[in-house]
Amino acid sequence: MYVAVKGGEAAIDAARAWLAEERRGDPAVPELTLDQIREQLGLAVDRVMAEASLHDPDLAALALKQAQGDVIEAVFLLRAYRTTLPRFAGSLPVDTADMAVERRISATFKDLPGGQILGPTYDYTHRLLDFALAAEGGAVPVAPQATPGEGAMPRVLELLVGEGLMEREVPPEDESGPVPDLTREPLSFPAGRPLRLQSMARGDEGFLLSLGYSTQRGYGRNHPFAGEIRQGEVSVEVEVPELGFAVDIGDIVLTECQSVNQFKGDATRPAQFTRGYGLVFGRGERKAMAMALVDRALRAEELGEAVQGPAQDEEFVLSHADNVEASGFVQHLKLPHYVDFQAELQLVRALRAKALKEAAE
Amino acid sequence: MSEDSGYNFAYLDEQTKRMIRRALLKAVAVPGYQVPFASREMPLPYGWGTGGIQVTAAVLGPDDTLKVIDQGADDTTNAVSIRRFFAKTAGVATTTRTEEASVIQTRHRIPETPLSEKQILVYQVPIPEPLRWLEPREAETRALHALGDYGVMQVELYEDIAIHGKIKRAYDYPVEVAGRYLTSPSPIPKFDNPKLSDCPALQLFGAGREKRIYAIPPYTPVRSLDFEDHPFAVDHPGHPCAICGDTESFLDEIVTDDAGGRIFVCSDTDHCRARQEGLAHDDAA
Repeated sequence: MYVAVKGGEAAIDAARAWLAEERRGDPAVPELTLDQIREQLGLAVDRVMAEASLHDPDLAALALKQAQGDVIEAVFLLRAYRTTLPRFAGSLPVDTADMAVERRISATFKDLPGGQILGPTYDYTHRLLDFALAAEGGAVPVAPQATPGEGAMPRVLELLVGEGLMEREVPPEDESGPVPDLTREPLSFPAGRPLRLQSMARGDEGFLLSLGYSTQRGYGRNHPFAGEIRQGEVSVEVEVPELGFAVDIGDIVLTECQSVNQFKGDATRPAQFTRGYGLVFGRGERKAMAMALVDRALRAEELGEAVQGPAQDEEFVLSHADNVEASGFVQHLKLPHYVDFQAELQLVRALRAKALKEAAE
Repeated sequence: MSEDSGYNFAYLDEQTKRMIRRALLKAVAVPGYQVPFASREMPLPYGWGTGGIQVTAAVLGPDDTLKVIDQGADDTTNAVSIRRFFAKTAGVATTTRTEEASVIQTRHRIPETPLSEKQILVYQVPIPEPLRWLEPREAETRALHALGDYGVMQVELYEDIAIHGKIKRAYDYPVEVAGRYLTSPSPIPKFDNPKLSDCPALQLFGAGREKRIYAIPPYTPVRSLDFEDHPFAVDHPGHPCAICGDTESFLDEIVTDDAGGRIFVCSDTDHCRARQEGLAHDDAA
């Protein structure tokens, strides 16, 4: 006699306890501290903060620890926490032109005001496993110090604007107006560029990377140059109504990418360059670049270009960029579907019986 | 405030609940219409009932008694998980008995026990848009709803009949609510569709990932789409439940060995329990 599977509650408790054990690993190995994760797995921390849309390195480190290093699970943990936080205020727009730059490169000009600054990049490392790192306690050689440049570091694309070669970014007429927030309002289509950028800033890096790549391979080609990539600290300012002026509430690290893209012009506009824009929390250069490619691809309709690739399709990109949504829905297939499957079984049996009967006749 | 958990009553903050209740009121006012709402990120994964959980959180009060079922059963793991979530964050009484519950959250089934005016049935919905498989674009489907243009669905069902001799939809069978909106009943088996219509209970549908809420108010006519010469009909496997002997309820098929052995048992565990107790009572008497 079949005994219905009972005891779901006990099984869930046991699974949780087992998970906690797995997370800790071999108790003979010292436990990771949040400081270690924050300081030594900084790029993972940055990615979790970016895709969770919450700038808090300590909580991101905690989420990574709790998730055993599973980035999407950590993003989910941090998002579920973020959603419970009250909103005190909106910040003023951050000024990336005023960034304390640690890295700034342009692929469009050999030299330019402010210079090219490589910063802490993997770009020119040879990807050879460094077995010296396997031995603990090795001292890190001190990086040479340079004197910071005196001059300003204007944004590269602005250098082209003066000549009319680059489209002008026009700020909205009323910058004090409410910023759309896709975590507080349901997304509807067409969404428009502010919401597109917002969605991509928190979207999955892998998804944007592949979509950006697809534009380079002909699915919505848009002829990009990496006009400028800059990375560093910017200050976040909030206007306090009682005070009547803006207060600096702290610094955050951002990566910004502005691409320079061709635009052949049309009846009303002569040929000029257009831009794609990417901005992410932390040191997220790969994602910022991919985001700039996809941002530009999504402007196809606005610029009168044929929409041929998935990266140019706003509803496609925005509906599928979120890894917490995607992860949940893909994995919900693990939930029981006995009832639906039973209904399908009955249907297929009925269809087969009918076909077999007809074949016999 | 639930003191143990450190979170607000039923997890969501009151502003969020108010936002959801507004969407619910609109949904009740326009039966079957999908109301966009600012779905929150919940501590359970998308696709696992976040829409249903948010609706339940918004309608739940301290005096409510909650029942949670998945596939008709109270003891499936996700039902257990959601019931515990509310027991912890709202401290409400929970039950597995359909008639004792004031709020029932469900995935994929409508209880066999008829519902009453004092009950709310909350459905978890994965894809709220009944036209989604025919038209992937939200901008398009909203226009089709606005125009009441459901020709694509009629053609789809007609083609099923033309090719297979019957409509090839065993679950999530499309319905027309109050003579207006084409609506997804969520992936309940079409066996349950007749229970949607003229139901004394308020039926609320929450789709968290897709950010939509819709409703079927009490005593609203709900018509499963069909054709005059192919009227809607439900299927039954034709076996009784192996445990309680019911010949009317929806049955799960249980594979008992690897030699084709199988039995059929009620998918609604509470219904089956009640019948077993009734039988035991009859035997004793």
